[in-house]
Amino acid sequence: MSVFLLSPEQKAIQAAARAFVRERLPVSHLRALRDRRDPVGFSREVWRDMADLGWAGIVVPDEHGGAGLGLVELGLVLEECGRTLAPTPLLSTAVIGAGAIAAAADPLRREVLPALCAGQRIVALAAEEQPRFAPYAVATWARRSGAGWVLDGEKVHVVDGGAADQLVVVGRVAGVPGDRDGLVLFLVDRDAPGVSLQRLAMVDSRAAARVRFDQVAVGEERVLGVVGQGADLLDALFDRATAALAAEMLGGIQEAFERTLAYLKERKQFGVPIGSFQALKHRAAQMFCEIELTRSVVHAALAALDRGAADARILVSAAKAKASDTFILVANEAIQMHGGIGVTDELDIGFYLKRARVAEMTFGTAAYHRDRFGRLQGY
Amino acid sequence: MSDRDRFRAEIRAWLDASCPPSMRSRTNEYPEVWGGRRPEFPSPDAKLWLERMAERGYTAPTWPQPYGGAGLGPDEARILAEEMRALGCPPPLKSLGLWMLGPTLLEFATDEQKRAHLPPIARGELRWCQGYSEPGAGSDLASVQTRAVRDGDHYVVNGHKVWTSHADKSDWIFCLVRTDPSAPKHEGISFLLVDMASPGVTVRPIQLISGSSPFCETLFENVRVPVAHRIGPENGGWEIAKRLLQFERTFISTRRVDAADESQTLEGVARARLGVAGGVIADPILRDRIIQANIDLLCNRLTAERSREAAQAGLGIGAVSSMFKYYGTELAKRRKELRVAIAGYQGLGWEGDGFAADDLAATREWLRYRASSIEGGTSEVQLNIIAKRVLGLPD
Repeated sequence: MSVFLLSPEQKAIQAAARAFVRERLPVSHLRALRDRRDPVGFSREVWRDMADLGWAGIVVPDEHGGAGLGLVELGLVLEECGRTLAPTPLLSTAVIGAGAIAAAADPLRREVLPALCAGQRIVALAAEEQPRFAPYAVATWARRSGAGWVLDGEKVHVVDGGAADQLVVVGRVAGVPGDRDGLVLFLVDRDAPGVSLQRLAMVDSRAAARVRFDQVAVGEERVLGVVGQGADLLDALFDRATAALAAEMLGGIQEAFERTLAYLKERKQFGVPIGSFQALKHRAAQMFCEIELTRSVVHAALAALDRGAADARILVSAAKAKASDTFILVANEAIQMHGGIGVTDELDIGFYLKRARVAEMTFGTAAYHRDRFGRLQGY
Repeated sequence: MSDRDRFRAEIRAWLDASCPPSMRSRTNEYPEVWGGRRPEFPSPDAKLWLERMAERGYTAPTWPQPYGGAGLGPDEARILAEEMRALGCPPPLKSLGLWMLGPTLLEFATDEQKRAHLPPIARGELRWCQGYSEPGAGSDLASVQTRAVRDGDHYVVNGHKVWTSHADKSDWIFCLVRTDPSAPKHEGISFLLVDMASPGVTVRPIQLISGSSPFCETLFENVRVPVAHRIGPENGGWEIAKRLLQFERTFISTRRVDAADESQTLEGVARARLGVAGGVIADPILRDRIIQANIDLLCNRLTAERSREAAQAGLGIGAVSSMFKYYGTELAKRRKELRVAIAGYQGLGWEGDGFAADDLAATREWLRYRASSIEGGTSEVQLNIIAKRVLGLPD
């Protein structure tokens, strides 16, 4: 059975995503949002159109208004978005949000999932509290209060948080920060009393935010998963989100490389195209090899998650480590090979370098995932 | 039961009955069976295994039956390979004839030439070596100077080939020779098959930094070769030579990747030698390098799998053999260096008491593998090919 070849249905999704992104979400879209310091960080109108195409609920089961497809299909859409650095809430809402709500009690699922699939509900994960990815270093306390809970704490980096309607918040009910045990996940409204949100202007111009929770009351029905064992759900969400992010990164890698290759063929110095110089040819060929390897492992990780393979987590870490290293390599080389124009804001190529760095940091750096790759296999 | 399942069941039963238990192995270590006129077998079972496989054409599963193969389709051949792996049955024969020359002859030789040369390869009766490089023609292979001058229905060959692996043990050699010295260098080359027993052929081994000497120099002095042993047209040998190099690259890269670990994993050796702290390898820097090398090995294997799937669907990745040759050998070199680094001083012993046998073997492998990114086209040549053929970068 084929693992890597795309089915006709998957090819159709890829083609539709490519066409949509080229038309509606070119790099100039991100540039315009950045230049006007857009408070949302993406276009809700475009997102609703993407939802109409079935992508907001692409992994949500049909019964809740979704397309009932897998991460491989979602990865195809994200890869195309990655090509133009399209700012969309796919990662936060279609991957993490949809996955978190799926663990909720039935009434909450019925309330949220159809709206999410329709592109009317943006959901982001408020988990991280440290300067770098440390999923269990949670000091946001969730204390019992009557029939519900009260939340106190601060989340320093919420992906797509700037525009979220609802937040999946990771809190602690027991233990100390760093413990895997004692976590709980809630769904909290953005405009609930005590929630304050500060939009962060990151180098990649995406909609990240810092969020404070000050005596925020949350009802029992808003618990996602099992109280005290939130890490099980959190791990699954991060694994899926990490593999999906790697797919987005693959698109960015491919596009930055293709733009650079085109420049090597067109730019002339000393009377010849600079792509005829062996110093550049060899580096381009080395990048090609790294990209092919990255493509294989990213696809393998998504497919492994879809079929619930035992080694899926190992593949996810391999994919994120590899995609991170390759994206930074290709983005750095893209700037260097473009020469002087590569460091101007006028050219889009700089956006790829900026996104590469933020994406590498998000959900664990290459070094983090190499460490995890070893630990998962006992070394 | 589908045809495919039935075929799998038959193959499995036959392999299980035919592969001697002493040949079964869970490691990738192939038996050192190269066949030839003066064959050496590590055991009587190795000989038996080769004979049984050859009788069914399974040494060359996809070759047509009249040429000594089994005539299997790609799916059936894959099932055979999978079942061999599953049962621990090693390939019965190592052979440049199987890996490189045979596939080339299938594309370029006449029916008569195929009937003459392919069956002895499939049965392991003749051992072949490669006469490509010369003292003045390494990466610039097309500048070969070995001359073949027509004399009636023969060529008279004079010249000097180097890096002819195992020429001292081989029966025949496939050679690039210059048949038109006045033509542009790529257009005056012919592809010639030469019996090493011909008068005028001399072989001298070359000793390497690893201490071993798999390579030889082969000298031709007025060697008479029938014109019938030329493959393809006169002066049309370069296309054939390049095609054979693709087969060689594919073979080298798969061998290097699959053989990279063999019986010891890097992490296994590292745990034993460097110790374990907090459940992981104690040296954090070597550990990170080991994991990086393991991730790259995994990615390379997945890419090989992806490429196989694409090829089966008729969607080959272009110049893929150059990518695997380049990446596989560079990765294997890194892994061999790491193995030596993990062992510390013990990884740098040359011979004798005071060193463990596996460390001594690792040291020699590290040195041996320095050649892997030179032989069969250097890494730099592979990068040139990728830049030109895949990326379309200008000359």
